[in-house]
Amino acid sequence: MARVEVDVVIKTEILDPQGKAILGALGRAGHSGVTEVRQGKHFELVVDDDISDADLEGIAEHFLANPVIETWTVRRVPESGL
Amino acid sequence: MTDASNSQASNGQAPNSDTNLTGARIGVITFPGTLDDVDAARAVRYAGAEAVALWHADDDLQGVDAVVVPGGFSYGDYLRAGAISARTTVMGAVVEAAKGGLPVLGICNGFQVLTESGLLPGALMRNEHLRFICRDQWLRVENNTTVWTTRYEPGAEILVPLKNAEGRYVADASVIDELEAEGRVIFRYVGAEGDHNPNGSLGDIAGISSADGRIVGLMPHPEHAIDALTGPTDDGLGIFLSVIDSLLKV
Repeated sequence: MARVEVDVVIKTEILDPQGKAILGALGRAGHSGVTEVRQGKHFELVVDDDISDADLEGIAEHFLANPVIETWTVRRVPESGL
Repeated sequence: MTDASNSQASNGQAPNSDTNLTGARIGVITFPGTLDDVDAARAVRYAGAEAVALWHADDDLQGVDAVVVPGGFSYGDYLRAGAISARTTVMGAVVEAAKGGLPVLGICNGFQVLTESGLLPGALMRNEHLRFICRDQWLRVENNTTVWTTRYEPGAEILVPLKNAEGRYVADASVIDELEAEGRVIFRYVGAEGDHNPNGSLGDIAGISSADGRIVGLMPHPEHAIDALTGPTDDGLGIFLSVIDSLLKV
């Protein structure tokens, strides 16, 4: 078994109202110095050892993310990271 | 699953229940979490067609002449609204049939399912102001040549309910330009300036179509506006009458 992490975030050119709301709340809560927040999704997958990078990319592009509005990164987590 | 036609007949709300005046058969899909399938089926019957219940796991569309993908919170909006529904067995069959010209209407969550399944371009995202919006909404019918809009006068303004948290239509600028140039923006939010666009949709877009006008998706709910007793107007009925007209012409 291997572990894979996929991060999905809304494209920078598309309005992320949740990120904007968090940014505003941070300021009101006294956390200064933050100039932008974008909210995304983090997936942790446990996969068979023989799953290919192409398969993982396909899972990210065609299911976990919507390429119309989001970008994504796929990362294999080293064994020691389990 | 409850048989919608029986439940309608028992409470006496649908005068046309169990009567199929036109011979047309229109499928209404139910996913886990779908809410508006009963009203969509009722609208189909009001318009004079038979409503055929389709389940998310069906691979057989039962020979229906058109399909309505209704609203709700299918699969709890998990991952993205409509994302998991778009990858169900029944939607695989709908996508195949749509390639052959089957008319498809997606309402609200159904519109989200159609964009996620690739039948319509763009995506629906969280409303600009983050609020769930529930109100009666004026729309302008921008194109009355699709199979779902022929009953409307050009530029007709209709009042139908709107209820969603993720109704903000977005797409690449090139896609928006293409939709506008090809007359594929079918419904646009109208009303008092400053308040007409409920969710920040690009171009005030409420609904769009495929290039051939046979697939239409919109966020507002025509199926909730088919008679004055249960809706703000009966303005929504024309959508269902339109597609039946097109089926009878074939």
